[in-house]
Amino acid sequence: MSKPLNLLWLQSGGCGGCTLSLLNADYSHLFDTLAGFGIHLIWHPSLSEQSADEAKKIIDDCLNGSTQLDILCLEGAVLQGPYATGGYHRTTTGETMMNLVKRLAQVSRFTVAVGSCAAFGGITAGGCNPTDACGLQFDVDTLGGLLGNDYRAQSGLPVINIAGCPTHPNWVIETLAAISSGLLTESMLDAFQRPRLYADHLVHHGCTRNEYYEFKASAHKPSDLGCLMENLGCKGTQAHADCNIRLWNGEGSCTRGGYTCIACTDPGFEEPGHPFLETPKIAGIPIGLPADMPKAWFVALAALSKSATPKRVKENAQADHQVVAPTVKRVHRK
Amino acid sequence: MSTRRVIGPFNRVEGDLEVTIEIADGRVSAAYVNSPMYRGFEQILQGKHPMDALVYVPRICGICSVAQSAASAQALAQAMGLQAPENGRLAANLTLAAENLADHLSHFYLFFMPDFARETYQGRQWCVDAQARFKAVTGSAMADVLPARAKFMHVMGYLAGKWPHTLSLQPGGSSRPLEDAEKLRLAILLREFRVFLERTLFGDKLEVVAALDSEAALLGWMESRATKADFPRFLTMAYDLDLHKLGRATDRFMSVGAYPDSITSLFAPGVWDGGLKQLDISSISEDVSHSWMEGNSALPPARGHTLPQLNKAGAYSWCKAPRLGGRVLETGALARQIVAGHPLAHDLITRHGGSVTARVVARMLEIALVLPAMESWLCKIKPGEPFCFPVKPLEHASGVGLIEAARGSLGHWLDVREGKIHNYQIVAPTTWNFSPRDAAGNPGALEHALVGVLAEGEVPVAVQHVVRSFDPCMVCTVH
Repeated sequence: MSKPLNLLWLQSGGCGGCTLSLLNADYSHLFDTLAGFGIHLIWHPSLSEQSADEAKKIIDDCLNGSTQLDILCLEGAVLQGPYATGGYHRTTTGETMMNLVKRLAQVSRFTVAVGSCAAFGGITAGGCNPTDACGLQFDVDTLGGLLGNDYRAQSGLPVINIAGCPTHPNWVIETLAAISSGLLTESMLDAFQRPRLYADHLVHHGCTRNEYYEFKASAHKPSDLGCLMENLGCKGTQAHADCNIRLWNGEGSCTRGGYTCIACTDPGFEEPGHPFLETPKIAGIPIGLPADMPKAWFVALAALSKSATPKRVKENAQADHQVVAPTVKRVHRK
Repeated sequence: MSTRRVIGPFNRVEGDLEVTIEIADGRVSAAYVNSPMYRGFEQILQGKHPMDALVYVPRICGICSVAQSAASAQALAQAMGLQAPENGRLAANLTLAAENLADHLSHFYLFFMPDFARETYQGRQWCVDAQARFKAVTGSAMADVLPARAKFMHVMGYLAGKWPHTLSLQPGGSSRPLEDAEKLRLAILLREFRVFLERTLFGDKLEVVAALDSEAALLGWMESRATKADFPRFLTMAYDLDLHKLGRATDRFMSVGAYPDSITSLFAPGVWDGGLKQLDISSISEDVSHSWMEGNSALPPARGHTLPQLNKAGAYSWCKAPRLGGRVLETGALARQIVAGHPLAHDLITRHGGSVTARVVARMLEIALVLPAMESWLCKIKPGEPFCFPVKPLEHASGVGLIEAARGSLGHWLDVREGKIHNYQIVAPTTWNFSPRDAAGNPGALEHALVGVLAEGEVPVAVQHVVRSFDPCMVCTVH
């Protein structure tokens, strides 16, 4: 087997939730899975034994080249404030995390933003963005960020943005597997540099509320079974992710949990411009249309399907349990 | 002559931590705890639609995410004058309990136990076994605990859609109604987790562990277990190293009470200060004299504000210093069990005061106490009856949410004006435990607990045991 790839994981302006999500991986055992793909975790702030000086040495060895840094993962946003000093997150040496990440990104073969904070700024950049948070190579949806438009890791690839809040464990594991197998190319990243292995799907794909969606039979309050798009702010028909095809924690997804998709894999999801749990409308028609759907057709089809809604679908949509079961039809042998 | 050493990055805690110790005669003479990162959630929340808090606050923390959701939902419910239906309350208890138990498990295996596998313990009778079992990343326990934990978190797949960062916990209850078939599947998941705990962690029935009522009973039980399961393994090492005499803080404990039912709660609220007292929330204030925060006076959270001031003289942390009636409190599983009156927790602190061992034992006790409670809550859920009531619009209102997270008491103070969030203040468990000094110069609970600890070597292992015994969550602290 070829030489293992050294992976260094750092955290900055974030919640640590992408690491915790990674521990939910249903593959038999996370560390074995990584090792199986030839990935050697040289240091992770939550998981490694080494603390303080021992940890500093590992990082220094990456910087001075005595350890080859193959994969640099950053979880959490880059905190540029206050006044572009990076002072909202200092390491023990006094150096800012912003600067340390910048230096490590110059020597890494692959640079990976784990989660929407590291990719775009994410929730940390919400509201008045008090810490001037940005992503590694994006500031919300604009190319640039900490490392700049032209940044390329030693492999020639730009930053790989495994966006999501949090990320799905398998998005991380499969991206790392693709890197270690030499399969990850720039064409496998979308316009926001997200791995297309999950970003080429919509959350709508596989949504269990699809029958309600078809008939525009809508939920009015949390726990209703109906479609969440018309009233409760759901962006599943526009959000790029495979959450309803590849489930979360074995059995779940946001829409299956009874709540709206907030498009957490998208840059800028943290500031939708309307309350998250309400659908903005003009003349009763939701502003955010399903991806690739012409507006006139959407309006016409919605009106038609609403008028054709079966009683069962209509009544169940506004209940928290099935009040009308599907009719049982006797099928005669032919 | 004292020397000063800065220990950081202090890893295997959730988030960023740095501890400065002054050493005299080989022991810590003073400690200063620094949370070296600021994120500003309280600023981000200002001006938002009140319900949007449910999106932002879970993202304060990837490990106490549901606790943050629950506190926010409770603050909103109080502001709306809303009470969840029975099913919603049971589902919220189950969701929070699943997070808290998973956190206790992660702390034990991933954050705390790897320190026993350090080279410094070469020569101890248990060293070879500890290295094989608990070494970070490579120890044999990983192959047991990671799949068991991931499987247990399927409970979240049903109840919360995903973990972390759910929106299922609402002011009016839970957005996730359960069907009969799903109740059965959840019961199977809880059963599987019980088997793992009884086989691998305890080597005994949960009910036997929960019923241990004194240190003598604990030690007797430990000896009867040999070393086959991991909790008895811990006890053997902890007593060999005298960890029951290490890491005493102020011995004042607080709990806001956990897992309410319609009349009371599974673990009662209160304060322990040599005796049990009522908890008076109105006497909480946050001091910022040693925090990089604007202002100098201590304010109650309902009137608190959060404005960073990086170069403030005398400041050394982004963490504020919450105090109850001006006093330093410890919070967490040990505090919860002392306030709730568990005899084993009481016997441990009566004999030795709070300690590294007592904090870990209390977490293990809670696992043994809470899983059976989860089994009974699940039985009480009635599919077909309501899980959630609709929310009411808010114009001018305020509300407080108080929740016991895995790491202790979490409070959210919400103030809504003209339909928007005017002020939102969060006091997290580790803000209590890892607070810096206050205006009177009183050190925080960890700063207190570190004094007198042996400080040998570059990164003294005793210091590491004490710090990690609190199970700190720094990302919550520096929200």
